[in-house]
Amino acid sequence: MGVDRREFLKIAGLSTLLGLGGKATIEVLSGTEVEASLSKEPQGGKRLAMVVDMRKCYEKENCRDCMEACHRVHNVPHIDNPRHEIKWIWTEPYERTFPSQGHEYTEERFAGKPFVVLCNHCDNPPCVRVCPTKATFRNPDGAVVMDFHRCIGCRFCMAGCPYGSRSFNWKDPRKFIQETNPEFPTRMRGVVEKCNFCVERLDKGLQPACVEACKDGALLFGDVRDPESEVRRVLRESYTIRRKPELGTMPQVYYVV
Amino acid sequence: MYDSGKIIAGLMVFLVLITSPAWYNVVSGKADYRPDPKLPAEQKECVKSAEYMKAFHMDLLNQWRDAVVRSDKRVYGDIGGRTYDMSLTSTCLSCHANKAEFCDQCHNYLGVKPYCWDCHVEPKEKM
Amino acid sequence: MLEKALIGSRRYWGWLFFLLGIIGVGFACYLWQFFVGLGITGLSRDVSWGFYIAQFTFLVGVAASAVMLVLPYYLHHYKQFGKITILGEFLAVSSVLMCMLFIFVDMGQPLRVLNVILHPAPNSVMFWDMLVLSGYLFLNIVIGWVVLDSEHKGIAPPAWIKPLIYLSIPWAVSIHTVTAFLYAGLPGRHLWLTAVMAARFLSSAFASGPALLILLCFIVRKLTRFDPGREPIQKLAQIVTYAMILNIFFALLEVFTAFYSRIPSHMHSLEYLFVGLEGHGRLVLWMRAAVVLAVTGIVLLIIPSTRKNEKVLAFSAAAIFAAAWIDKGMGLVVGGFVPNPFEEVVEYAPTAPELLITLAVWAIGFLVLTVLYKVAISVKEEAAA
Repeated sequence: MGVDRREFLKIAGLSTLLGLGGKATIEVLSGTEVEASLSKEPQGGKRLAMVVDMRKCYEKENCRDCMEACHRVHNVPHIDNPRHEIKWIWTEPYERTFPSQGHEYTEERFAGKPFVVLCNHCDNPPCVRVCPTKATFRNPDGAVVMDFHRCIGCRFCMAGCPYGSRSFNWKDPRKFIQETNPEFPTRMRGVVEKCNFCVERLDKGLQPACVEACKDGALLFGDVRDPESEVRRVLRESYTIRRKPELGTMPQVYYVV
Repeated sequence: MYDSGKIIAGLMVFLVLITSPAWYNVVSGKADYRPDPKLPAEQKECVKSAEYMKAFHMDLLNQWRDAVVRSDKRVYGDIGGRTYDMSLTSTCLSCHANKAEFCDQCHNYLGVKPYCWDCHVEPKEKM
Repeated sequence: MLEKALIGSRRYWGWLFFLLGIIGVGFACYLWQFFVGLGITGLSRDVSWGFYIAQFTFLVGVAASAVMLVLPYYLHHYKQFGKITILGEFLAVSSVLMCMLFIFVDMGQPLRVLNVILHPAPNSVMFWDMLVLSGYLFLNIVIGWVVLDSEHKGIAPPAWIKPLIYLSIPWAVSIHTVTAFLYAGLPGRHLWLTAVMAARFLSSAFASGPALLILLCFIVRKLTRFDPGREPIQKLAQIVTYAMILNIFFALLEVFTAFYSRIPSHMHSLEYLFVGLEGHGRLVLWMRAAVVLAVTGIVLLIIPSTRKNEKVLAFSAAAIFAAAWIDKGMGLVVGGFVPNPFEEVVEYAPTAPELLITLAVWAIGFLVLTVLYKVAISVKEEAAA
């Protein structure tokens, strides 16, 4: 007679499992995403980094230029409730930015002063490591970016980030955006967001919004692998510290204190 | 069978109700409605042909999304050698500027609610 | 066999409808959360996991505890557990289901949950957690059902079920190890960054799960004609005793490392939990209650006369279960986020909708458990007749 009902069901079940599992396996093994036809030149070998020259910021405790520029360009909502606030770049006092460094007799120059903090775009990012859907991932040039379409809102990346750089959209953010920039999307409720190193601006040859907005040139940005870049020059000439280096995340935001 | 009158009557009512999606729209005149997307006045050529777009605009947008967000590639080229910035807002909506008169026409008719608009900013209505 | 769940006393149906009522209320709250966002919970930018994930973490342990019946019975032929392995397996099914539901209600974009399968990320522990939990659910459903069905028909179970049963033993250990790895590999959260995390998870799982099983056995004995027997319950009590001793020992190990080394990042979370930090101490009473419950429970379990007294045993089992629920739930999850990466204390408390949704998920779990137990016990009552 051929295949009986039991056999048929077994074959059908097995084929389904193999089919579903096969697609997943192929994607894992192939590694690359399907790409569109034309492309920009691959970045190859670049490593984006930022230097925050705090020496230029100490006297300007009320300056908010970089934060306002970033939040305006990226439609970051302004939420008063501190539990729900979303921030891509902001300030924290020295002792909170570098908790293991602060002590009773800290240099007066920066004791208690606000330091600019943002996502460190680590070379070894724990957030990327833990994301179950690769919704957050690292570009070849080092920027750690988010795919808001894929994020399932599990917030594992927020738990993984040792710097508290990530914010979650607890509600619909659109009500809280003061002025919408039509050239950049907003986000919806239920996804995580953070500084994206302005990759959309970099692709147009512009500097990140915060870097451009700083009138005192406290924020420097560039390719840390290029020995001639501004960031490399500053790193060569000044002593810089990074946040929580002992964790091995290799953050790419360097502070000149 | 017992109670055949009641059963047949019940079956008739059931048939009428269950087929209502088919006959209601015809009877009420709603079936005559056709979506009427208004094409942009200035531009005559889209990134792809109209037939392609009707069938595959979702796939093209998904391709563009993955290319821009995940591969950091922003330029799309077609066979004719023209290039486009792969952006819903900057490219597509720069011509199809009125969502209500274009996109929503077919989407509403088919009951499709793409969530693109939760994030991507609709162009403001031109006064 | 499922039809056996449709025949029951008024009390049975009353219980089911009571659970359905709770589920209805919680579901309505969930719809609100789905459309408005997780902002209706008490979660915040600093404490981004809370009550839902606490329940998830605790219940993975309860699910894993089915192995404490399967291993002695199938691997070491401890005949006494023969009558009740099915209760453990069905408890595992109900628990894993609750775990998955808690993950679902915690997600910001739950409709995208399939992205975890469509875009696999083997670097992520959460991807593996999804795999092992799904696999464990499948294993327990199949094993429980097939073995029960064979008993129902009065025949021996088919030969192919044996390898699945043997597989479920290391698999049970793996689900809880992987869940522990969710926490133990994060560099910024010092309460969790400890090698004993998986060991703590497993020991508290093998204390809390069998404790619940003891209570369920008592309930089953009271409400049905099926009696699990005195011996199996006593053996379970011994298992709970040893597991809880280990659990308490591991917790004390953490206290030693933190407070002898005096490294601030190790100490701060424990200080917040047990004495309060910088004036904040919302969880202190809960954690101290957990300690009291744990100590009371373990003392009553160690003393043979109180362990053998079934009334006291019920109390001790409940105490151990409650202590583990507090410590491994809110204590672990919220404690890991306090203080935040800026060494600030931001507290968390669940809101009413959050609690109602949680209650609804627990009610779903108990509904599934009741239905499955009804089937199992009906089969056993028939087989005994």
